[in-house]
Amino acid sequence: MKFRFRIERTPSPLWMIALLPVIAVVITFVISMLILQIVKANPFEAFYYILISPLSTRTSALEVLVKATPLILTSSAVTLAFASGYWNIGAEGQFFAGAITAAFLGTQVGAMPSYIAIPLMFMGAFLAGMIWAFIPAWLKVKMNVDEVVTTLLMNYVILFFLSFLLNGPWRDPVSGWPQSPAIADSAVLPKLLERSRLHLGFIVAIMAVILVWFILSKTALGLQMRAVGKGKDAARFMGVNIGRTLFLTALISGGIAGLAGVTEVAGIHFHITDAISDGFGYTGIIGATLGNLNPWGAGLAAIFLGLIATGAQSVSRSMDLPVFLGNVVQAILLLVTLSIILLRNYSIKKVT
Amino acid sequence: MVVIQMRGISKRFGSVLANDKVDFELIKGEVHALLGENGAGKTTLMRILYGLYQEDDGEILINGISSQINSPKDAILKGVGMVSQHFTLVSPLTVAENIVLGFNPGIRLNPLDIEEKVKKASDRFGVVVNPSALVRHLSVGERQRVEILKALYRNINVLILDEPTAVLVPQEVDTLFESLERLRREGLSIIFISHKLNEVMTISDRITVLRDGRCIGTVLKQDSSEAELARMMVGRETYGVTRPDEECTGKPVLRIKNISAFGSKGLVALKDISLTVCENEILGLAGVSGNGQSELAKVLSGLLKPTNGQVLLGETEISRKNPAEITSLGVGRIPEDRQEGLVGELTVEENLALERLGEFTRNGTVNWKKVRGNAVELISQYQIKANPTDATRKLSGGNMQKLILARALSKKPKLVIAAQPTRGLDVGATEYVRNRLLEEKNNGAAVLLISEDLEEILSLSDRIAVMFEGRIAGILDAKNATEELLGLLMSGAKEMINEV
Repeated sequence: MKFRFRIERTPSPLWMIALLPVIAVVITFVISMLILQIVKANPFEAFYYILISPLSTRTSALEVLVKATPLILTSSAVTLAFASGYWNIGAEGQFFAGAITAAFLGTQVGAMPSYIAIPLMFMGAFLAGMIWAFIPAWLKVKMNVDEVVTTLLMNYVILFFLSFLLNGPWRDPVSGWPQSPAIADSAVLPKLLERSRLHLGFIVAIMAVILVWFILSKTALGLQMRAVGKGKDAARFMGVNIGRTLFLTALISGGIAGLAGVTEVAGIHFHITDAISDGFGYTGIIGATLGNLNPWGAGLAAIFLGLIATGAQSVSRSMDLPVFLGNVVQAILLLVTLSIILLRNYSIKKVT
Repeated sequence: MVVIQMRGISKRFGSVLANDKVDFELIKGEVHALLGENGAGKTTLMRILYGLYQEDDGEILINGISSQINSPKDAILKGVGMVSQHFTLVSPLTVAENIVLGFNPGIRLNPLDIEEKVKKASDRFGVVVNPSALVRHLSVGERQRVEILKALYRNINVLILDEPTAVLVPQEVDTLFESLERLRREGLSIIFISHKLNEVMTISDRITVLRDGRCIGTVLKQDSSEAELARMMVGRETYGVTRPDEECTGKPVLRIKNISAFGSKGLVALKDISLTVCENEILGLAGVSGNGQSELAKVLSGLLKPTNGQVLLGETEISRKNPAEITSLGVGRIPEDRQEGLVGELTVEENLALERLGEFTRNGTVNWKKVRGNAVELISQYQIKANPTDATRKLSGGNMQKLILARALSKKPKLVIAAQPTRGLDVGATEYVRNRLLEEKNNGAAVLLISEDLEEILSLSDRIAVMFEGRIAGILDAKNATEELLGLLMSGAKEMINEV
């Protein structure tokens, strides 16, 4: 008897869906290996520095979590949006909205105790993220303008706004560099552990994952969001208010992305520059996609992306390779993942 | 002179015999109508002639020469062109570009040059188009003219038009008929696929009637009548008397008053519809698909806002309310397309709860225990083969329909709107759905049953309304209704019926 295989357009079995992210990672490594060959690096050594070395010491392992903190926030923000079928590509801009707000509030709260100053900053940043997400959301709901375009373009608008602030009113009076004045001590996020940079923002990030999980799986709004995301027409038939649902999705997603601005300004840099984001908003899209639009998956994916970011630094330090190697690996991972996710809709069937 | 001869053409799709030894003959310079109900095999036959399908059996002669047609390209080379119901134009390109697309010698394309050529062709054939206009700016009628000119430009002498009037407004139909008449006089042979008797009697010279894949016969127009054609289309002799606009006698539950609405293509889909459905009654709404039934169901479900008129549920006006409000007022809705009523990626229990989410929610959070309980109860009550946590898309069509039925009927609705409730279901599931609808009626509900299945309409309804081109062509008591009579009303031969 001869066996032949046929690819069918039916959803893959569950174990296969669970396996797809792993397959994506393996394929990514095979492809990155080829690139490492070009720069004449030993691929195994390189992978050791990217994947293993950051986890080998306490300090660098905690640094992975520090790097992951803003990514967890943007990944959960994007997860919420994508799960509801709202293609928010603007987490980057919403991050900056939050960061600018944190940098501003951080300089104003010097007279307040930390337990007031810090919550105030987080609330302000959430609000700012919502406001930045408002215009695309309003255009989408009222005039059916494609949010992919508007959210993306809003990212550039806020970068120019920040550039204006940094070269104008906020220019550092001492150094003259385009960076904002340092925030007050009471606005600095407390460290969680001795001898590490891990700060309160990490806890906030975990809470955001829990929040997104809670909304999506426990609330009526979350059920409506998932219905809209998976079947807009059917959701409309069943009486779901599509416009309202998408609108709320966009605002909450924008708010969560805004929180990431606080963790970077008040947890790491203590001022804002136009280079404060390492593409956190865009990486959030990778995190959400890699996490299969599940908030916990997105959180884990974000930590994994944090690991690669840390590893990219460690590989460049130890092997004298360019730091953007990590970015290359990240990009390959996204492309491979997106291709692999398409496979979710297919099964391989044996033909006898 | 005979240009096309199709002899004993058979075509089978799986277990369905779409064409059964069909003979068809086309003479030079005639408009030959191919008449039949939906699914009679008209389009299949013409797709074989145009090379889109290959016949299983039979022979095609073009100008007396036996020909094998393997593709539309073959067909065009042999002088046969076809304009299908769905246009195949590239909308960002100009009219001229669309017309020469795939028929341009060489690789260079000079816009002015091709516009000139298309302009000449347009004048020669008398098909008016603006060569430099972008297709996306054109109306449906104009696009159709581009399609026709595109076919003519390829030097064809046989033009097949598949239900060309389905997408047109009446004025556009007149324009189309005028150009067809001119083309016919210049020697073009035209095959006109239709199920509308009045159009066929207007435009054609000869008429071939298909029924259930078989050729019933070919008649000359002057020797025939709408009544004879209707009889050929539906099968038996027509008889019976109708009392149009029959009213129901019970307490009215749904009163539709002068509803007009646009369809998805921006054309008027509903024209001044008035209907009443009373308690303890099933009103069957029959009609060939695309005559406004879907749009009426959408208006009643709150998915389409009418431009005119009122829909009264009891004394409450509902035509401007949204689906959630309509459901809460006691309307159970079964959508035409099951996929449109259920989110496949959500679970069974989620789909059962979504329509009345308020009942399962406290302070914004869902009471999943209650959702589960509701699902367990409905699953057993409606004999649905599924678990509450199964993904809905994994269910069979019959179980999906039961799910929709359970959701629509569980709250004892005053009004049930069932659109094509048994489409695509097996015998068992069909029986089940029909019995449930009868049960609802016996429990006092008003049921509006929209169906293309005449047997279903005849076996369930108390009264039957027929829709044709967005209007109610007639309403009759089910006792007086026969398939033939309904078939006549459905094909637009209403005047004749009223005379009988």
